[in-house]
Formats: sequence, C-alpha cells, structure tokens
Amino acid sequence: MANVLELQGITKRFPGVLANDKIDIALREGKILALLGENGAGKSTLMNILYGLYKPDEGKIFVRGKEVEINGPNDAIELGIGMVHQHFMLIPVMTVVENVMLGVESIKNGLFLDREKVAKRIHEISEQYGLEVDPHAYIQDLPVGIQQRVEIIKVLYRSADILILDEPTAVLTPQEVEGLFKIINTLIKAGKSIIFITHKLKEVIAIADDISVLRLGRMVGSIEPSNATPQKLATMMVGRDVSLVVQKKVAEPKEAVLKVENLFVRDERQNMTVRGVSFEVRKGEVLGVAGVQGNGQTELVYALTGLLPVDGGTIELEGKMLHNATPRQILESGVAHIPEDRQRHGLILNFPIHDNMVLCTYYKEPFAHGVSLQEKPIFSNAEELIKQYDVRTPNIYVNVGTLSGGNQQKVIVAREFSRPIDLLIASQPTRGLDVGSIEYIHLQIIKKRDEGTGVLVVSSELDEILALSDRIAVMYKGQIMDVLDAKQATKEDLGLLMAGIHPEKTSKKK
Amino acid sequence: MSEKASKEKKEQTEKQKEQSSLRQALLVPVLAVLSGLILGGVVMALSGSNPFQAYAALFAGSFGSPSVIIAGMQTYFATGDNNALVRSLYPFTESLVTATPYIFTGLAVAIGFRAGLFNIGAEGQVFIGALCSAFIGYSIKGLPMIIHLPLALLAGAAGGAFWGMIPGYLKARFGAHEVVNTIMMNWIAFRLSDWLLKGPMQASNFRPVTPNVQASAELPRFFEDPLRFNLGFFLALLFAYLVYWFLFKTTLGFEIRSVGANPDAAKYAGMSIVKNIVLVMSLAGALAGLGGGAQVLGVDHWVGQGFSSGYGFDAIAIALLGKSHPFGVVLAALLFGFLRSGATNMQSMAGIPVDIISIIQGLVIVFVAAPAIIRWLYRIKSIKVEETVLTRGWGK
Repeated sequence: MANVLELQGITKRFPGVLANDKIDIALREGKILALLGENGAGKSTLMNILYGLYKPDEGKIFVRGKEVEINGPNDAIELGIGMVHQHFMLIPVMTVVENVMLGVESIKNGLFLDREKVAKRIHEISEQYGLEVDPHAYIQDLPVGIQQRVEIIKVLYRSADILILDEPTAVLTPQEVEGLFKIINTLIKAGKSIIFITHKLKEVIAIADDISVLRLGRMVGSIEPSNATPQKLATMMVGRDVSLVVQKKVAEPKEAVLKVENLFVRDERQNMTVRGVSFEVRKGEVLGVAGVQGNGQTELVYALTGLLPVDGGTIELEGKMLHNATPRQILESGVAHIPEDRQRHGLILNFPIHDNMVLCTYYKEPFAHGVSLQEKPIFSNAEELIKQYDVRTPNIYVNVGTLSGGNQQKVIVAREFSRPIDLLIASQPTRGLDVGSIEYIHLQIIKKRDEGTGVLVVSSELDEILALSDRIAVMYKGQIMDVLDAKQATKEDLGLLMAGIHPEKTSKKK
Repeated sequence: MSEKASKEKKEQTEKQKEQSSLRQALLVPVLAVLSGLILGGVVMALSGSNPFQAYAALFAGSFGSPSVIIAGMQTYFATGDNNALVRSLYPFTESLVTATPYIFTGLAVAIGFRAGLFNIGAEGQVFIGALCSAFIGYSIKGLPMIIHLPLALLAGAAGGAFWGMIPGYLKARFGAHEVVNTIMMNWIAFRLSDWLLKGPMQASNFRPVTPNVQASAELPRFFEDPLRFNLGFFLALLFAYLVYWFLFKTTLGFEIRSVGANPDAAKYAGMSIVKNIVLVMSLAGALAGLGGGAQVLGVDHWVGQGFSSGYGFDAIAIALLGKSHPFGVVLAALLFGFLRSGATNMQSMAGIPVDIISIIQGLVIVFVAAPAIIRWLYRIKSIKVEETVLTRGWGK
C-alpha cells in the first residue's frame, strides 16, 4: 500500500542542539505508525514540523506522494493532517459544539453561529466512528476520556485523514485506553492513517502496525510489532539495557508512621475533593494511591504537606497531630515531598542548582549562620548531591530550568532524600520522564523504603503503582474505594475500582 | 595534583561564566541608553536644533566643562585659591546630588520587583519620609548631631516603612492588589502633606512650607555653597550595598527572591508568603522614606509642596533599567541624575527644552522593557538571559 505521508532526511537545529538529524519516517495508508522515544528524543520537534509550527532546516515532506511545504497549522489542516495534543486545546466553559467549530465557525444569516448544523455534523461523526458525545455538553462537565473524544472529533470535523495522537493514553484509565483503542481501530477501518506518539512500550506492541524509535534526535530503527518485546524497545529507546521491573525485596513493614483519619479537604475553588479518607502508612512499606487524575489525590497530598487547609479529620505523624500545620512544621517533622508539578512547586527554575538544593534547609546550619547564608557549604552540598544522584549538568551554578525534566526531578529527589525523613510523599514521581530516569527514581524510592521510611506514592500510571507498592489504595471521587494487597491486585480490578466500580460487588450481581 | 588542577579549572570556568553573564546583563541596558541618545538626537534635529551642540551642553551641565575645571586647577596650584576649582565641580557634584534620591527610590522599587511586587507607591513613601525627617529635624532642638541626624533619618525610614507596610498588609491579608493600593497611598500622602504644610507643620502664614531643620539634623556637606554635595550620596551607596547583601547573602533575601521567582515553590519550601510581602513592602517604604529624608536633611532643609519631582515614579524606570539589581539601580540612578541635572544647562545653553530628556528617558525605558527591539536593532543572537520576575497578573 502507498505511503500517505513520508518524511525524508528531516533535520532541525536549535542553537546548540540538533533536535532532528536526518530523520526518515513513512506512514502507510490505513495503518498505525507508533513513534517511540524518550523525552528530548525529538518526537515533538518532528511532529511540530509536520504540523507547520517549525520549519525544517533540511529534508522533504511528501503527502500522498507529492512534495509539500507546510508553513503553518492551516497548511497542515488543508493537507488533511490533524493533531490531537497531549494537553487538550479545549475551552472548558464552552460546549462541545462551540469548541469543535472554533476557528471554522458555521455562520447563518451572516451573523449568527449555526450551532445546529455543527451539532448535526458532530452526530454524524460520532456515529460513523463510535465517538459518542453530547454536542451540547460543556467541556468542564465531561470526563477526560470524553474530552479526548472531542479533540478527535475536532480533527475529523476538519476532515483530516492523517491523525497525529500525541501521548493520547497519558491521562486515561485502563478502561478508557481500551475505549480509545477501539476508536482507533474504527478510524483505521474508515481509511484514516494514524501516527501514535508514546513512551508506553506495551501499548505500542498492542496497537501499532509499524514502530519507529527515536533517540537523541536520530532514527534508531524501525521494528515490526511481531518482533518487538518491551525489553527490546526499551533498549532501543535508551541505548542500553534497562530493567523494566523494579527489583525489590519483600517489604518488612513496622509500626505506622502516618495515620490519616476521616480527612476532608477542599480544593482551591472550594469544592470538597477529598471526602472522608482514612488510611495509614507503615514504616518500611510503600502505599500506592491509584486513581484517575482529578479524583482528590492532588488535594490529599496538598493537605498532607500543608499546601491546602484541612476541612475535617486528622493527620497524625509519629504521634504528632499535623492537620493544618504549616508546610515548614510538616517538613521539620520529617516529611519529604516530591511534588506532582515539579516546575510549579518543586523548583525555582531561574535559581541555580545549588540554591534549589537547599530550598527547604537554607535557614539551618551549616547553610546559614544566623541570617547570613554560607556559600561554601551550600556549594559543596550541591557538588556532593549532583554526584551522588547523578544529575547531569555542566556545573552547580546553572539555572535548574536549563536541565532536562529527568535531571530536574533528580535535583528534587536529591534534595528531599538528603534530609533526615520518616515519611516520603511522592506524587507522580516519574511523570514525563524517560525510561532511564524512571528506573533510577524507582530504585531510589525502594532504597528509602528498605531504610525504614514510610512511603506514599501517588500515581495515575498503574504500571508505576504496581511496580512500587506493597499495598494499593484506589481513590475515586474523593474517597478510597478499597485498599488491596499489591500481590493480589490485578490491573483489571484496579481499573474497575478507578472507575468507581467494586469488582466483587459487580460479580455478585452477575 | 589532578584534583587541584580540576579545581582551578572549575574556578576559571566560574570566572568566565560570571564575566559573560555580567556582559550579558550590561549589554542591553547600555545599548538601550545609546539608542535612546541617538534617537533623542534625531528628534532634536527634526525639531530644528543641533543635537551635537545640545549634547555638548548636556555634558557640560552634568559633568562640568573640562576647560573650566582645568582653569580652576591652574588657579588653585598657582595661587592656592580653590574657589574657582570648587565652582568648576558644581555640575558634577550637582548630578550626584540629583542621583541620590533616585538611588534610594530605585532600590525601593527594585526590592519590590525581586519579591514579585510592583511598588508604585515610592512617591508617597518619599513624601511621608521627608515630612517625618523634617519634623524631627526642626522640632527637636539642642541635640548633638551624632544623635539628632540619625534620629531624623530613622524617622524618615520609619515613616516610609509604615506607608509601605499598609498596602503590603492589605495584599498579604486580603489579597488586595498592591498596584491599586500603593497608588491610593500616594494620593493620601499628597493630600496629607498638603494639609500638614498648610496647617500643623507650616512655618509661617505666607508659604506652605515647613520650618528649616536644625543644623544638627543636616547631612554634612563637603564643600561650601553653592555646592550641595553631601553625605546623603554616600549613604545611598551604602544602602545599595546593604540591599545587595540583604537580597543575595542572607536567608531573608533568599526567601524574598524565592517568593518573587516562584511563590508556589516558596510556599512548598515552608516560606511564609504573607510575612515576606509585608516585610518587603515595609523595607521598600523605608528605603523610599530614607530617600525623602536624605533630600530634606542634605539638600533642601525644608519640605514644601511639590517637594519631590517624581522621584518615586522615575524610580520604576530606574529599577527596570537596573534590572532590579542594587548595583544596576545605582548605575541607572546616576544616568538619570546626570541627564536631569545636565538638562537644565542644555536648556539655557542650547535652547533645547528640558522635556527632550524625558523623551530620551522614555525611549531608554521602552528599549529596556522590550529587549527584543535592541536585539533586533543590533543583530544580537538571542541568548536566554535570566529575567527577573517583575510582577504577576491580577489574579494571584
């Protein structure tokens, strides 16, 4: 079958970086091409070139056999190329119809928006591809999985037949992922061609027709899914053998370090997002909190670390009551926090590494005498930590913002682990990181556990929860659905719990 | 051996890095000033004046005329009479006198910027500081200078600090935006000073001015009249250094810069946003108040209506031009001092209105605020320079 899209020798340089180096890829008509690569491998650059946001320095683009020049998203759309971004480009306070027609509004009587016409068209698209959605619903009321459908409808509404899906499964539950895969299959049957960007190895093998792997801006190779194993793909991506399974001993939990009882928390918009949560974390164990994003996990962690006030209930750390304590009181009680949003909470991006390394301890000996900061210990502390935690940086004086995501996260891990701690709260500790960094950070977390620290890991990646946890709590709509023993937990059960369904209860009903 | 070598190498790269970052930091402001002067010259030429003549007059008015200085020196060496020499230094010292309040108020705005706060209230803080210093200066009599002068300065700082603290507290406690509140505090300060100068603090019934301060509260001058150059200038330099030390070498400064650069991370790290906002606004007010105090005690010796000619507003431009760094503020304040002081001469000598200086200042600000223009004009490759967060939007 013919190649519907072909890139030949695409090269793109940024000052000091070769983002894409003579990359060739080909998308066959009616097939799924998976583009696999770590962060910084050049996937996004390549897709932005394809979508007309960047101009390549060298190379040719062929669409349906004809060489084309793409100077902007409008050109791309005209050529039938549509992109579903990882971060949805939707306006929450508008309806599905309004979002879909945004930029290509249907007008009636020369002045008014023709919502009905668009709604009708959305209905047709929905039926044709199995993308059920209420055209008049407001985006903010829709679950993430449905919002993604709206994004896909948007692309189809502009009659794209080459779809680029950028990390489409990052925000979905396992069930929603299956739903997405069904939709993708329908699209393929209808003759669409799809580029699927991801770093999740198993998905690639499950769905792709062709796999291309990028590393450091270069094409490492193409492989057929039938020949691929997760291990093989990971090695191609990283360039060395990586362990995909976290090697860990059986946990030896001791007494509880953190006891949470009947906790209620409101989010910043005053919605009650944590509703009566109780659990405990014991020394020497990892308690994983699974759940689809936005089910109260973020607010739970904020309350535990003092970033949000507690509305009701208690938090007890080693006998000390810490609900509504200040962040500093909580830090000083021996709590380390790897925050969910490392650039918002975890780091000051335009401060140098050495200052970020003492962000929580700058006022203590030896980093300060009285009010006077002591540069020598601050510098030597940073030198030691970047060595110990393998932070790749030219020196400790560069701003943290210049580091890659993985190295930024290592700075946070180094800082938090260098204090004496009894409890580690790690929220989405490896979000957006590459396989190599994930391996490293997982090992560090398990090391802390084995030293006798209590660990609370919050993650929306089930693989991560399963890899790290000794017990797993599943959150749904602000409540803990159940706490499972990690050894007995299956992905299916967890997925159902994440969707608010109790597997045992439903099986009884059957 | 190898360790030593690597250490040396590290120190060397560190030095190089420092030098290049210093060059980077200076590049845009220097080019901005240059472009402002050139474009100002174009404006003068378009309006029918001779820019070269104008700039020569500006130079003579701000630095002094070299020939007059040399003549003064010759007289001094020949006869021992220093009168002519001292007079020849008048333009230069007067520029430094003009720069003094700019340094103080520039620091007051810059320290706010460092914490992500936009202190538009420096003008009002200057007024309150000046009135407080003047009051202590004229009302207390018979104190020795060593007590009276510091007390009068302290009063100015305290008054300014109080005036800055109010919007700081309103922001920290109620989230009221500091831009609105500092502007309102300005108006309160203006009207309050009008009332004080026509009432409780009025010297005589004729003019709305305060009595002269006691000699024991005056900042000592270094030369005889008409040279007004006084200790205030060195006090300003000292405070610039103190602000530098405070911001970059103390834990409190670390907190302030953290709150300014990323308040969420500062909160995460256990810093109190509320405490730091109130602290910074009080410090900013104290600096501006000191500026007002130094102007009264060193230069004017009394306060009248329209006492400040916009020191607190020009300060915003100075802080921007100085990239919110205390040393940058000193340089920018000197530039403004020389421009303002020389402008008068330019008007009398070359017949060019003082307002042309405002145009030049305005151009410089635009270039500094939009470095992309300068980069484009001079074809400078865009290198990612650390940008200080100036303020955040209305929402947070």
